[in-house]
Amino acid sequence: MKYGYYPGCALHGSSYDYERSVRACMEKLGVELAELDDWICCGATAAHSINRKLATALPARTLAIAERDGFEQVFAPCPMCSMELIKVGNMLKDSESLRTEMSEIVEDTVSGKTEVVNLVQIFQGCGIDELTARAVRKLDGFKPACYYGCLLTRPPKDLKFDDCENPGSMEDLLAALGAEPVRAWNYKTECCGAGLTLADGDSVEDLSYKILSNAKKHGADCMVVACPMCHVNLDMKQSAIEKRFKEKLDLPVYYLSDLVGLALGIDAKTLCIDKHFVKCGV
Amino acid sequence: MKTTTDPDIALVEEIAHTSVADCYQCGKCSAGCPQGQKMDRLPSTLIRMVQYGDVVEASRSAAVWQCVSCLTCSARCPKSVDIAGVLDALKQISIRRKTVHANYQRTVAFQKAFLEILRRNGRTNELEMVVLYKTLGFFGDVSTNPLRSIPSALKDAHLGPAMLLKGKLHVKLGGPLKDKALVRRIFKKCEKKVES
Ligand code: SF4
Ligand code: SF4
Repeated sequence: MKYGYYPGCALHGSSYDYERSVRACMEKLGVELAELDDWICCGATAAHSINRKLATALPARTLAIAERDGFEQVFAPCPMCSMELIKVGNMLKDSESLRTEMSEIVEDTVSGKTEVVNLVQIFQGCGIDELTARAVRKLDGFKPACYYGCLLTRPPKDLKFDDCENPGSMEDLLAALGAEPVRAWNYKTECCGAGLTLADGDSVEDLSYKILSNAKKHGADCMVVACPMCHVNLDMKQSAIEKRFKEKLDLPVYYLSDLVGLALGIDAKTLCIDKHFVKCGV
Repeated sequence: MKTTTDPDIALVEEIAHTSVADCYQCGKCSAGCPQGQKMDRLPSTLIRMVQYGDVVEASRSAAVWQCVSCLTCSARCPKSVDIAGVLDALKQISIRRKTVHANYQRTVAFQKAFLEILRRNGRTNELEMVVLYKTLGFFGDVSTNPLRSIPSALKDAHLGPAMLLKGKLHVKLGGPLKDKALVRRIFKKCEKKVES
């Protein structure tokens, strides 16, 4: 299987660990990733807070590149990127005048026909049976709380992925690989503060504390995420959160690809699990 | 989509691609908002103010910039109002009309720094962003809130070295963009559209 690959800025910068982990899994599974030539940033929160036209044009440029180079499917491991690409793709499909306008702005024809998928969908595409057949290690002993955050499931009318209030696809995947995910807890899709990590640190700590402490209360011994920003807020900020709220949390935060990778027999170092801030005993 | 002759309401609806008149004030958006407890005005209150044409006053709210764009409100609205889109419109209006709440100049500085780097490079780079943002935010604070400016400039300084140690900050990022001029042209065209 071959996908156009859109790493996005985070995976090429501070979330290099996520990129390594994803790539190691794809290699093991024989999924070929071809990085989109000269891709540009999706604009993230900044573009749609300041200039909505730009928030449409930036993802449109990346979609135009995918169309030009003949990729029917693009894999974007960052949910903010994949959401922006999918949303703009749908807007383009719906409006001829927008297609004309955007093709002019991004200087290439863009129609929005590319299918964009997230990390969970990539694993689902491989097939849960195929994954379990290839697994060399059972994930027993892991009791993760799977945290979806905002943009894996929202906006539901664009993403059409899982149940936007009570998703379960990561749990299904990990349970098949032998883990015992915590199914019932309250903050699966609550926001961690995402892009405000630097701009409004207090809000991020308040929100992330609720997520972590609730997961712990419901019996989780680690967290699983599929988003670079969720990882920064729950992992890197965890010690500051513990200090501020005077509560020991001690919850390792794995990317979904970390645990799938371990099950597939990839070692922790290759997956860059040692780069995480909260110590992971694997 | 056009439900109004009031130019301010029309501007919000045009930016947000949604009809604020559809809101019947059930309050569901506010009930689920993760930032609701902190807000000076709730999302449903802001929608009500926009319905009345009180757009500029609404744009002064701290809530506009306290919003974390989580999209919970828009996903749950029984009338399909894109509340998060309306808040984005209010963000943009608050910048244009200079009505950004005094405590959130820093958030705006951050978003602007992000876009400046993007305009130059086509991609963002955390290291550059932290530096640019801290300087922009510092000056923004000094003019509005001098007492807060120094501690805030230092606040995340400790994360830099720790991130470097962990290999979290990569000085050498993925290869640079080949066609940076195209990105600048895209910015220019989009900015022109907004002005007109
Ligand atoms: S959820 Fe929708 S209808 Fe209800 S108050 Fe909010 S905007 Fe209005
Ligand atoms: S998008 Fe903003 S207003 Fe809506 S629920 Fe999230 S934080 Fe609240």
